Amino acid sequence: MLTTAAILTDGLVYAAYLFIVAVGLTLIFGVMKILNVTHGSFYAFGAYGAATAIGIASNGEWPAALGFLFMLGFAMAIGLVMGIVLERGLLRLVYGKDEVVIVLVTYATFLILEDVIGLVWGTQSYAAYQPMVAAGNIEIGDLVLSNYDIILVGIAAAIAALAYWSLKYTRYGRLLTTVIYDRETAAAFGINVTLVYTVTFVIGAMLGALGGAVMAPKISVTLGIGVEVIVLAFAVVAIGGMGSIEGALIGALIVGICRAAAVHLVPQIELFVIYGVMALVLVARPYGLFVRAQPRKI
Amino acid sequence: MFKGITASCRTLAGLAAVALAAPAHAQTPAPAAAPIKLGIVSFLSGPAASPFGIPGRNGAEIILEALNSGKAPAPFDKVGFGGAKLEAKYVDEAGSAANVVTDFRNLVQRDQVDAVVGYISSGNCLAVTPVAEELKALTVLYDCGTPRIFEEKARSYVFRVSPHATMDNVGAARYLLAKKKGVTSYSGINQNYAWGQDSWRDFVGAMKVLAPKAEADKVLFPKLFAGEYGAEVSTLLTSKSQALHSSFYDGDLESFIYQEQARGLDKRMTMILTTGEAAIWRLRDKMPDGTIIGGRGANGPLARDSEINKWFQKIFTDRYNIPPTYPAYQMAQSILGLKLAYEKAAKGGAKPSVDDIAAGFKGLEFEGPAGKVAMSLADGHQGVTETAYGTYRFNKTKKEPEIVDIMRFPAECVNPPPGIDADKWIADGMKGAKC
Repeated sequence: MLTTAAILTDGLVYAAYLFIVAVGLTLIFGVMKILNVTHGSFYAFGAYGAATAIGIASNGEWPAALGFLFMLGFAMAIGLVMGIVLERGLLRLVYGKDEVVIVLVTYATFLILEDVIGLVWGTQSYAAYQPMVAAGNIEIGDLVLSNYDIILVGIAAAIAALAYWSLKYTRYGRLLTTVIYDRETAAAFGINVTLVYTVTFVIGAMLGALGGAVMAPKISVTLGIGVEVIVLAFAVVAIGGMGSIEGALIGALIVGICRAAAVHLVPQIELFVIYGVMALVLVARPYGLFVRAQPRKI
Repeated sequence: MFKGITASCRTLAGLAAVALAAPAHAQTPAPAAAPIKLGIVSFLSGPAASPFGIPGRNGAEIILEALNSGKAPAPFDKVGFGGAKLEAKYVDEAGSAANVVTDFRNLVQRDQVDAVVGYISSGNCLAVTPVAEELKALTVLYDCGTPRIFEEKARSYVFRVSPHATMDNVGAARYLLAKKKGVTSYSGINQNYAWGQDSWRDFVGAMKVLAPKAEADKVLFPKLFAGEYGAEVSTLLTSKSQALHSSFYDGDLESFIYQEQARGLDKRMTMILTTGEAAIWRLRDKMPDGTIIGGRGANGPLARDSEINKWFQKIFTDRYNIPPTYPAYQMAQSILGLKLAYEKAAKGGAKPSVDDIAAGFKGLEFEGPAGKVAMSLADGHQGVTETAYGTYRFNKTKKEPEIVDIMRFPAECVNPPPGIDADKWIADGMKGAKC
């Protein structure tokens, strides 16, 4: 019973983390058809920005809640600036090129930005644990849960709900859905696809940075943190279907629960289970759970 | 007679010329010995850079400067290596094992370094070692801990001054059982690669010998740089173990500490961190009081209060504003060992051959900042030292980390005797251990 409860709570927390880092990646792919490796940089910059913000808040002895909100805002502002600069300054120059070329461009950018992090923040690691400490914990029987993890699940749920509402019930969401469905038809109907691209990329970048920010209090913010995240995010997005937000949510839940079960029951296969699940899903549905096979255009 | 006077004059003139020429010759500077090139390899980027790679690199920088200026204490006070100044090329260890091997080949074949000192990752050490042997390149592994380097095959050109991981884990088991006699159950969380697997293997083996009734409960091997340990902490919270062994390092260690503290795991079981010393200056009051701390030997606060240790601590702290942690010690000891081997091999000021230096290195003994090193294992290629463990406490008055209740274990107590593989020695009951 205790183990089952632990698997479910751990799976939910891990899924929340995965969803937050994967949702921006899948959004950008869905609209722009770009497999954006730079997403790992957004995460890393968000985490470093959060550590800087927490440092400012701690030195100023701000209330914990204010420091937390400042941390989120600061990181998302970094994502906003990075998104605009990269999309307008770089990616628009390669639109229309082969998908592989675009992936290589984003990969090269990711490597450059790793060095930029070293130049800006140096090679030392940063700690931003204060929000997690301030949140405290709660004991349920033998299990102790961090309240910060509960907040993390809440943030993931809020992002999922906001994304669903925005896509279904707002004008911009409908425009976005049209572009996702068929970019050329959308352009023929007068939708400013270029603007949609810019806005989507910036939102994706901000979500990536938000992922880094919410994880910063839990981890040591150090060089290379974006690498692991991008691999995991790709696995989640591949399971759910490239470009599908509900797919990212379900993919994150599947991976989260399977991994938690593996850690509790068969820890030897913990590493295998994430990619094993991905492989199984892709064998049954090569485009992922929530993407239908696309007819090829001639 | 005149002839005789003339001859004498000629002799005198000749002597005078020699006498005049001699000071003139003495005033001409002797041709400087060609500089000795060292390749220094350490993580300069990536997650392992901050806790290990950079302190290791800084340890090299400060020691090389001290040696080049001839300001190191005796017996290291001769300038550079045998009077020849040292030049370092620093290389980043980050990247795949294939890249690391390529960089190693470049150092040896393109840059023609005289020796390579480096490597933190056990995987990289295992990858580089056969290439070093193939190229006959003198290589000193400075931090990696896997015992397999010399157990898999005899080596001719590869040395390791720093002790291997067996000592860390046997020492950890001995300290745990000395301080907590009633341990009946313990768990482990280690990274899923050579370092973590070997560390756990040795710890469990030592516990089976020293406390046969104690049982290993949860055995976790998360992937390297996993970052998120929620499920692992929950699993450990469901365990009744009294102790938790971990060889975690770098960001993994810090992330795990933040996450377990938020859920109070350290209140339920004593943590034994075999590399914890490298993290105490960054974690400070976040490192739980009561944690058992190792430093891969008697390094940092675990080192004896010797003159050379005080000197090393001072020059390092003055330069980098933080005390040296064990990677800095290991780098310093590796370079100092290489210096002594070089000077032992050098004859008449000529540059010694690689084979001569290797012969000089075999079986070398010296006193470094972390105490006495004896290159006594693996036919004189693997060093042993004493080790020490202690208990962590954050001194709230001084606002400084402290390691108290330190216990020292002689090299013969925690290392296998020469000629015996570590795992076999442990499995056979650590026969011959002299504590």
